[in-house]
Amino acid sequence: MDFQLTEDQRALRGGVRDLLEGRFDVRAALDEGSSLDRGLWKELGDAGFFSLMVPEADGGVGLGLPEAVLVFEEAGRALLTGPLVGTFLAAGSLQGAASGEVVVTCSLGSLVPWLDEADVVLGGGVEGAVPFRSLDPLTPLHRLPGSGGFAHPSRPAGRLPKARAGVGAAAEAVDGDLADLLVAAEQLGSGGKTLEMAVRYARERTQFGRAIGGFQAVKHLCAQMLVRVEVARGAVYAAAVTGDVLEIAGAKLLADEAAVHNARDCLQVHGGMGFTWEADVHLHLKRAWVRAGLGRSAAQAEEELAAAL
Amino acid sequence: MDLTYTEEEEDFRARLRAWLARTLPELPPRPDPLDWPGRRAYDMGWQRRLYDAGYAGLHWPADAGGQGATPTQHLIFLEETEKAGAPYVGANFVGLLHAGPTIASEGTPEQRARWLPPVLRGDEVWCQGFSEPDAGSDLASLRTRAWRDGDHYVVSGSKIWTSHAEVADWCELLVRTTPVSEAVPKHRGISWLAMPMDAPGITVRPLRTLAGSTEFAEMFLDEVRVPVANRVGAENDGWRVTMVTLSYERGTAFVGEVVACRRVLGELAREARKNGRWDDAVLRRRLGRLSAEFGALWRLTQWNVSESQRSGGVPGVGGSVFKLRYSHARQELYEAAGEVLGAGSLDLDHEWTLDRLSSLSYTIAAGTSQIQQNIVAERILGLPKGR
Ligand SMILES: Cc1cc2nc3c(=O)[nH]c(=O)nc-3n(C[C@H](O)[C@H](O)[C@H](O)COP(=O)(O)OP(=O)(O)OC[C@H]3O[C@@H](n4cnc5c(N)ncnc54)[C@H](O)[C@@H]3O)c2cc1C
Repeated sequence: MDFQLTEDQRALRGGVRDLLEGRFDVRAALDEGSSLDRGLWKELGDAGFFSLMVPEADGGVGLGLPEAVLVFEEAGRALLTGPLVGTFLAAGSLQGAASGEVVVTCSLGSLVPWLDEADVVLGGGVEGAVPFRSLDPLTPLHRLPGSGGFAHPSRPAGRLPKARAGVGAAAEAVDGDLADLLVAAEQLGSGGKTLEMAVRYARERTQFGRAIGGFQAVKHLCAQMLVRVEVARGAVYAAAVTGDVLEIAGAKLLADEAAVHNARDCLQVHGGMGFTWEADVHLHLKRAWVRAGLGRSAAQAEEELAAAL
Repeated sequence: MDLTYTEEEEDFRARLRAWLARTLPELPPRPDPLDWPGRRAYDMGWQRRLYDAGYAGLHWPADAGGQGATPTQHLIFLEETEKAGAPYVGANFVGLLHAGPTIASEGTPEQRARWLPPVLRGDEVWCQGFSEPDAGSDLASLRTRAWRDGDHYVVSGSKIWTSHAEVADWCELLVRTTPVSEAVPKHRGISWLAMPMDAPGITVRPLRTLAGSTEFAEMFLDEVRVPVANRVGAENDGWRVTMVTLSYERGTAFVGEVVACRRVLGELAREARKNGRWDDAVLRRRLGRLSAEFGALWRLTQWNVSESQRSGGVPGVGGSVFKLRYSHARQELYEAAGEVLGAGSLDLDHEWTLDRLSSLSYTIAAGTSQIQQNIVAERILGLPKGR
């Protein structure tokens, strides 16, 4: 047993971090609104992002779930946009997905991210999906019919727009557990990033003549953020190694919590600055809320875990 | 990342399991939880069996009388003994888990030869004389004084919350060997001594815990003579030695307990299904969340163990991260047990009721949660030191 990262895994993580830092700018993505940067998508494909788990014999990178989780953790840190999970899941079976030429989304629970930008919907089943104004400015969303929520008061239900015609559907079922684990990995990355942001700000910002990080109330917020991330990391990495369904449920639960609560605490540490559009904190919080709504909800995960006791 | 165990490790596990299956039925009945002499005898009898079977001080280096096992083997040991319901280290806690490792790491060859074998054999019990009435979280402000008289220190002062003091043979004692002054800040001037508990001048007055037990005590020290040869580490260098002790206390001491908590959680679920409380979705979900929590804490343990295996050193500050979350999770677990039992949770004779009461100490003992958060913030995250 050696639960630490191998040299290769560290190198992979570093490589992806460098690639994303050099190529993806969350502020530029914000300016582009809900259109996907297809050039970037292609570059991710060329770098092997989507084909990471496709066997080498089939032209993929041939790595495993632990590596996939490390890569998605980096994507979460960087707030990388686009239907990453759908395209990743389709890479082994759908021509063009691995290379990033074809953009693939899928429904995760009752939500479908990036439906209007996708070429293909993995698993199909999104007829009548309803678009709504997404809380996260970087993730356009559709809601599946019958999944609750309100009809927009200013638009009668009958006139709600239908999902874009002409989107292809691939028959393969979506592997919900794999998808949840990848989403959990993104949450982990985001939780780690907001911790870093909070700590950096706490060291730099001064009040009462000293750095606010010297105040215990602030220190304790930061310490709790670290604890949340480390506990979630144990859960996510272990689930990636074992592939165990219950561990995946636990990982999603704890990673959702780490991402959402860390973003909130990060906002608190930033004070008024944290409440501005200009600070990136809200982007992490909104994305964390969206991801918590994709796939297993907390209630579902808890019930699943309880049933197994 | 690899969570599989090697063939060698699995062999070790199988042998240990077989030994536990043979040995546990031979144990005498457990003593009353409030009978400390009885508990000492029971706990040390268990230690003796471990010693005879070659499982004593598994994680101690071989030259300290241990088995020189890898951290992973130690982990397997804790997992299997806990799963099998073997006795807890109990009265041997301080000797085996922190005084011993501290002496193994900082002691002279003579000191190691004198003190380590009796701990491993289950002959001598240690207690920890760190806290004082006016020095708890601010441990370095301790005032118990020791001055030199020839080849002895003469020690006067008082200690508090000393677990197992009533039944201990030795005490890892922190004393001030140089008074605090402008030239000597409070962290300097402290020394780490091994004090024999039968020395004249020691008065132990048991304190009653909120669980009704006398698990800790006050100690009054009135000109107690301790040989200078009993000092571990240099004079006035006790704070550094103490940091070694505390990292053991926080680093490895709680590992097996996570396994125990998972077992209790399973028992809670079975009980709830029997008594109808399982129909309460809020309670059910609470137990589900605890399952994720203890699962993750176990994985975090494996993470910390493989990290210390790679670095080959004293457990790192990762222990503080673990202790913070674990101590709260344990309290949550026993709160949930109260929910499951309903009125039964008020029955003092129920095992879970006593455990619920004692879980309240976890966020205080071995450094409060607030202090642990300071440590995490300052030593891991590098935030400025507070005053
Ligand atoms: C069951 C049990 C067994 C124990 N066994 C032993 C033993 O064997 N040997 C031994 O030496 N000691 C032992 N202790 C003592 C234990 O280590 C101390 O109780 C602990 O370190 C806290 O010190 P204190 O009780 O003086 O509380 P205080 O230090 O007075 O703390 C009171 C409150 O103030 C908070 N506080 C204090 N300072 C700060 C700060 N800087 N920032 C934020 N909050 C702060 C604390 O978190 C706590 O909430 C034991 C304690 C218990 C409960």
